[in-house]
Amino acid sequence: MPAIRRAAEPPSRQATGMLDVRADFPILATRRHGKPLVYLDSAATSQKPVAVLEAERLFYESTNANIHRGVYHLSAEATRLYDEARERLARYLGAEYPHEVIFTRGTTESINLVAQSWGRANLSPGDEILLTELEHHSNIVPWQLVAEPTGAVVKAAPVTDRGELDLDGFRKLLTARTRVVAIGHVSNALGTVNPVREVADLAHGVGAVVVVDGAQSAPHLPVDVRALGADFFACSSHKMLGPTGMGVLYGRTELLDAMPPWMGGGDMIDQVTFERTTFAPLPAKFEAGTPNIAGAIGFGAAAEYILGIGREAITAHEHALLEYATAAVADVPGLRVVGTAEQKASVLSFVMDGIHPHDIGTILDDDNVCIRAGHHCAQPLMRRLGVPATARASFALYNNEADADTLVKALHRARELFG
Amino acid sequence: MATMNELYQNMILDHNRTPRNFRQIPDATGHAEGRNPLCGDQLDVWIKQDSAGRIEDVSFEGSGCAISKASASLMTQAVKGKTRGEALALFERFHALVTGRAKDQEKLGKLDVFSGVAEFPVRVKCASLSWHTMKAALEQEQTVSTE
Repeated sequence: MPAIRRAAEPPSRQATGMLDVRADFPILATRRHGKPLVYLDSAATSQKPVAVLEAERLFYESTNANIHRGVYHLSAEATRLYDEARERLARYLGAEYPHEVIFTRGTTESINLVAQSWGRANLSPGDEILLTELEHHSNIVPWQLVAEPTGAVVKAAPVTDRGELDLDGFRKLLTARTRVVAIGHVSNALGTVNPVREVADLAHGVGAVVVVDGAQSAPHLPVDVRALGADFFACSSHKMLGPTGMGVLYGRTELLDAMPPWMGGGDMIDQVTFERTTFAPLPAKFEAGTPNIAGAIGFGAAAEYILGIGREAITAHEHALLEYATAAVADVPGLRVVGTAEQKASVLSFVMDGIHPHDIGTILDDDNVCIRAGHHCAQPLMRRLGVPATARASFALYNNEADADTLVKALHRARELFG
Repeated sequence: MATMNELYQNMILDHNRTPRNFRQIPDATGHAEGRNPLCGDQLDVWIKQDSAGRIEDVSFEGSGCAISKASASLMTQAVKGKTRGEALALFERFHALVTGRAKDQEKLGKLDVFSGVAEFPVRVKCASLSWHTMKAALEQEQTVSTE
């Protein structure tokens, strides 16, 4: 199989300063009751650029056919586009081979795939699965589901009051029984960037496999799975400008090769008899049934779009915006930022004295400002930090300082209303 | 379109800040826990019924948004002294109010401050959580969820 060429990212549109890509995102031109859309919930799902919308539309309009089946031209072309999308994602993630990239429905399915396939085949009673208190439910519950039948034990490394992983606490929980370390690259609730490389080195030192939940890092940071030391890496299309219902699982070839299929069906077989079935090689072994072909093509287009702008430029833009917004919200009386890690991606989580996050969310919505309010599918983290919920504004490459200004103005309004 | 001032009326803000009957009842005859798993709201309702089945005392504790907290506070005031049947009938009318199905002539007194909720469909469950929990406490169900 051909190795992936590790192309250098093209020079960014703007090496320094703020990006201006808003015209690429049609939804940003919409208004509600005359008020422009201020979309600050990209950590939940991102908006989609024309390049992605067009890629899906073009596929359905001119190339739609099932893949890996037809002998006719149209099917061959659909197959080529589907394979090309996989190559694009492999390049995006820094995978060595395209077959190391398995298409799934999203990060959640990717992690469940590892837990059910690798986990059931490799976990024994007393084995330990080490998570962190920062994890999203989708990096907790799949491990609990596999711990139960295998007799493995789930443990969680502590976080500090600032919302950073407590590395000493992590080291203490890492033992010869640790078989899996599952860690989010970037916390969806707080924006904390975890020291994945350091954690991976420690984990590999005890022979554990490292599963990285990259749902929040893949859209915002230059990701290189090999540089990170990730044995598995999961991310979602819809959080990185692509269509919903798509994601990938990256896994190292030797691990994926040794894993049993997770779901059975068409497209994942070699030979089927009623006595015995042999399975297709990677990646088809893990892609039973007709996949979301248009979704994969849209996902590939999203990856290309991001690489075209340049991830360093996106990271710099979002970091500048986060700093700007963090400074601006400090003027809102009674507001406290939750999660003050040194290394943060574009998430601003906060609480306000006397105003519940849901009420903040409703009041901001009146100004067409969209934020997330709640526990962010991270209930153990909320308990650890002693807050029932937070309000969360999250930034993407298409946000600008005017968005942050509108947010702050609306927060002042909430403060006035609630006294 | 309802304005923010219509949704967050002064009485709601007042009951949010200073919830009434915000305590436990040690000798309660009924108790239930209400949860909204999607947003993380949770509250407990305690009820003490007398020998005739009348609600002698009712209280709550928990955390949630202004709508859910004020609704719980006003719910305790509204059902105190009522029979089980009267309390459940009031719940029906309250539910009609917050889901926009109330008839104009029906006035619910203080509870009318929640009429603005009808224009915010995602907040209906905030307003009704304490009522569902009160009903569960009357029926001695352990937990109730609005999802």
